[in-house]
Amino acid sequence: MEEQIREVLAAYGRLPVPAEALGLDDDLSDAGLSSHALVNVMLALEDAFDVEFPEYMLRERATFESIGSIAAAIGELSPARAAS
Amino acid sequence: MSAPSDVGCRVGVDLVDIAEVAEAAQRFGDRYLSRVFTEGELAVSVGPPEVRFASLAARFAAKEATIKVLRPPDGAPQWRTIEVVRQPSGACELRLSGAAADLARQAGLGPMTVSLTHHAGLAAAVVVALTGSAAHGPRPHFDPQPLTVLKAALAGIRGGRFAHKEE
Repeated sequence: MEEQIREVLAAYGRLPVPAEALGLDDDLSDAGLSSHALVNVMLALEDAFDVEFPEYMLRERATFESIGSIAAAIGELSPARAAS
Repeated sequence: MSAPSDVGCRVGVDLVDIAEVAEAAQRFGDRYLSRVFTEGELAVSVGPPEVRFASLAARFAAKEATIKVLRPPDGAPQWRTIEVVRQPSGACELRLSGAAADLARQAGLGPMTVSLTHHAGLAAAVVVALTGSAAHGPRPHFDPQPLTVLKAALAGIRGGRFAHKEE
């Protein structure tokens, strides 16, 4: 799952660093993910994982803080994905 | 007349690449637009693509600038709870609802004022809110010079001149 998240970040995150170089816990904001790029990443993740982030997750700063936190959020929304 | 000692203000500023907004709207369509913008914002952001997306980008910048003023301790309020409303005069105002309005109330912020601009592929917004007794008491003398300085600084980014369109 983390690799797929990295692919979405590489395609939509407009990061100044290669997404594959990011660690699971690296702060995406510190890595250069802008607020508007985050919207694109969020929507692309919904497409990639066939989920919809609910309001409460979007409000939480921690949801999109890192690749690890995104994976945890998707795992919560789609347990089958987390298990695969 | 001297101002009360607790008079202060919070300022937020944000800058958005208009092309990013256009790409997002074209790629994700209504899912993007309805997630970020209110019906009122979409209704006034019309016209040729370059005009429409510049308007939307400026509104996105206003939402982010407002979040910087609100300084949410945990998570940011949803974008749609921060709305840019265009008055008949053409001036824009902010309308907060839900979590954004709650945060403003908790912080004791007075009415916010917003200024939008776009030029050379970029859209920017500055939001100012009064704090302290100035936010709720008699209207104090307001020196607009800091806003002028901020606008000039924004215009200086990428070497732009401050003679461009302002909403």
